[in-house]
Amino acid sequence: MITLENVHKSFGSNAVLRGVNLSIPRGKSLVIIGGSGTGKSVALKCVLGLIRPDSGKITVDGQDVRTAEREAFLARFGMLFQGGALFDSMPVWQNVAFRLLRGSLKRPKSEARDIAIEKLRRVGLKPDVADKFPGELSGGMQKRVGLARAIAAEPEIIFFDEPTTGLDPIMSGVINDLIREIVVEMGATAMTITHDMTSVRAIADDVAMLHEGVIKWTGPVADMDTSGDPYLDQFIHGRATGPIEAVR
Amino acid sequence: MTKVFATIGQTVLALIASIGRVSIFIGQTLRHLVAPPFYIREFTTQLVQIGWLSLPVVGLTAFFTGSALALQIYAGGARFNAEAVVPSIVAIGMVRELGPVLGGLMVAARVASSIAAEIGTMKVTEQIDALVTLSTNPMKYLTLPRVLAATLAVPCLVAVGDAIGILGGYLVGVNRLDFNAAAYLINTVNFLEAGDVLSGLVKGAAFGFIVATMGCYAGMNSGRGAQGVGRATKSAVVSSSVLILAANYILTEVFFSA
Repeated sequence: MITLENVHKSFGSNAVLRGVNLSIPRGKSLVIIGGSGTGKSVALKCVLGLIRPDSGKITVDGQDVRTAEREAFLARFGMLFQGGALFDSMPVWQNVAFRLLRGSLKRPKSEARDIAIEKLRRVGLKPDVADKFPGELSGGMQKRVGLARAIAAEPEIIFFDEPTTGLDPIMSGVINDLIREIVVEMGATAMTITHDMTSVRAIADDVAMLHEGVIKWTGPVADMDTSGDPYLDQFIHGRATGPIEAVR
Repeated sequence: MTKVFATIGQTVLALIASIGRVSIFIGQTLRHLVAPPFYIREFTTQLVQIGWLSLPVVGLTAFFTGSALALQIYAGGARFNAEAVVPSIVAIGMVRELGPVLGGLMVAARVASSIAAEIGTMKVTEQIDALVTLSTNPMKYLTLPRVLAATLAVPCLVAVGDAIGILGGYLVGVNRLDFNAAAYLINTVNFLEAGDVLSGLVKGAAFGFIVATMGCYAGMNSGRGAQGVGRATKSAVVSSSVLILAANYILTEVFFSA
């Protein structure tokens, strides 16, 4: 269970998070939606400890993220970054098996390579991709490699940062289906940030809408269309007029 | 008038703050020297990148510098019939000053820029964040291997550069200035002391440390986008070059002041 209690974060005079309260039960998939620049990525990075909140408390299974032993804490997480964030100086299989080639989860090289190829297969990539470099792959393939890297060490919690941004609709559908399948298959807790409503409907058990630094609405994905919340309605229907200012 | 003082004050404060940030960065880097895991493969890769691959540029610089130095000293020495000092002054000049300083500056141009651009690009494409989420400390994985490799590789480059520079002077001396080959070599060896060579190597280690530290610092603090990486690269080269020259003066005072 991941909980955020009254989390605040400002950058200079720009208050990005203004009291975020959120909880994600174990094994559930929560999608945070909201416009660009509303603090979705900041909230996610606060949970990972990449950004330190100014105030508030974030816990994972009751453990405060600030006091947890970093390596053990991060070993529970996998993350798919928006641009893939693949290490371009190493081949694909070493990217996927990065965590298995060093640190506390280190395995023999041949075993790590076998696991990497198996994870690549799981995301629909052939073994010959393993020896290519990230720069040789298309955007969709890079996303899949990023997904394979995120799941390589079988994490309990997986974060997805804008998983379909920059992809064509068909590839977006493929990635959405993969994310859903993998999360269900692994029984992982998932937190996704996106503004792609197709992704939301494909991935989410629960949805939270972040606007002006606070959670405006949260509930099961099935209730999203009948919420009656003017902010959520404007966002999910993509209306230019409504309580959310179009020019920010 | 008040504005002038305010500007001076702000500049001085900014400089002190920068020194503080770099000092903290160095402390954070060196802390990882004693705590495992150690990324040996990263270290050896950087030894090749920083040391081996810099050999051509350092060697060429040293060769032409040694050659020009022989011509200059001959022309200068001729004014008071002291042409015979060419071998010894070329050797001492190369080993004490020009070898380490020009070698250090060439490494700053080649290595500080490439480190800053690489790490800066990794930062703006979230690869540094990805390292953290993969339970890998970026200071330990990226910074420490580069700083260690440069600190060890640059003295080796300086040693090779010294030899090539002296060779350049020898070739000019023998072929252009009509020195006797054996006498040139004997003069070179007789006038050179171990302390001269050692001081140059210590300078090389200090310059290597400066180059890699400033490259990593600029990369890790790079701004967003292509402009941010461009600024980081420029800042790495400028700051490491100026610091090399400043450190050279301080080390020369330490080694050779009476």
